[in-house]
Amino acid sequence: MSVSIPAPRSQRIDPKYKRGPKSRGSFEMLAWLFMRLSGVVLIVLIFGHLISNLMVGEGISGISFGFVAGKWASPLWQFWDLAMLWLAMLHGTNGVRTIINDYAEKHATRAWLKGILYVATIFIIVLGSLVIFTFDPCVAGSQLPQC
Amino acid sequence: MSKTSSGTLYRGHEGMWSWVGHRVTGVVIFLYLLVHVLDTAMVRVDAGAYDAIISTYQTPWMALGETGLVAAILFHAFNGLRLILVDFWKQGTKYQRQLLWGVLILWVIVFAGFAIRHLSIAFGSH
Repeated sequence: MSVSIPAPRSQRIDPKYKRGPKSRGSFEMLAWLFMRLSGVVLIVLIFGHLISNLMVGEGISGISFGFVAGKWASPLWQFWDLAMLWLAMLHGTNGVRTIINDYAEKHATRAWLKGILYVATIFIIVLGSLVIFTFDPCVAGSQLPQC
Repeated sequence: MSKTSSGTLYRGHEGMWSWVGHRVTGVVIFLYLLVHVLDTAMVRVDAGAYDAIISTYQTPWMALGETGLVAAILFHAFNGLRLILVDFWKQGTKYQRQLLWGVLILWVIVFAGFAIRHLSIAFGSH
């Protein structure tokens, strides 16, 4: 005697368990990968930043407007600082986004906190990039000999 | 919350505390980064104003703060490398505890080198 058993839960899968195009795609996986890749690059960039600014020469006593102008006269340090700005801000923003998602339980609170975070991030990245690209060694108050 | 937390694999052990340390140092570094971009932006406004702000960073009390900040950066950097090994190295999860001890030893050595150099400049008679 044979009994036919219907396929379990056929056509009745709760939509929240369905995977596919409706999900948020691979954003979270890419964010996870970005944290590892940018982390490694940031170690090189920030260690180089700390060594050149605080460890060699006069260290922090030698930092002044002239010191910054000297560094940004070189395209290498301009690129170094620009890369450091973008990677550190995106790495930090994604970290804080994760923390907000973990601890802010109300949907409205999460949305507000992340909104404030993203506005601050865009402001700091745009401001920092403009400062590097439009740097003027002869800005107001400059005591440099070429001015 | 379970009262028998000592019986879990994760809670209260090295894995949890390194996670807490990574979060706390990450937030501290991010907040400093926001301030640091704003103070550096003064080079675009007025050279004298930038020098005035930087001179506050050169005082002994601020140097202690900077030393604390670098302590946070070094822990976050070395523990971040440990996280990458745990995620990508086959034996990573097996040796995560030993890796944390490696992180702490490296952290103490590099931090001591930084602190001696930085504080002797900041407290010295330059």
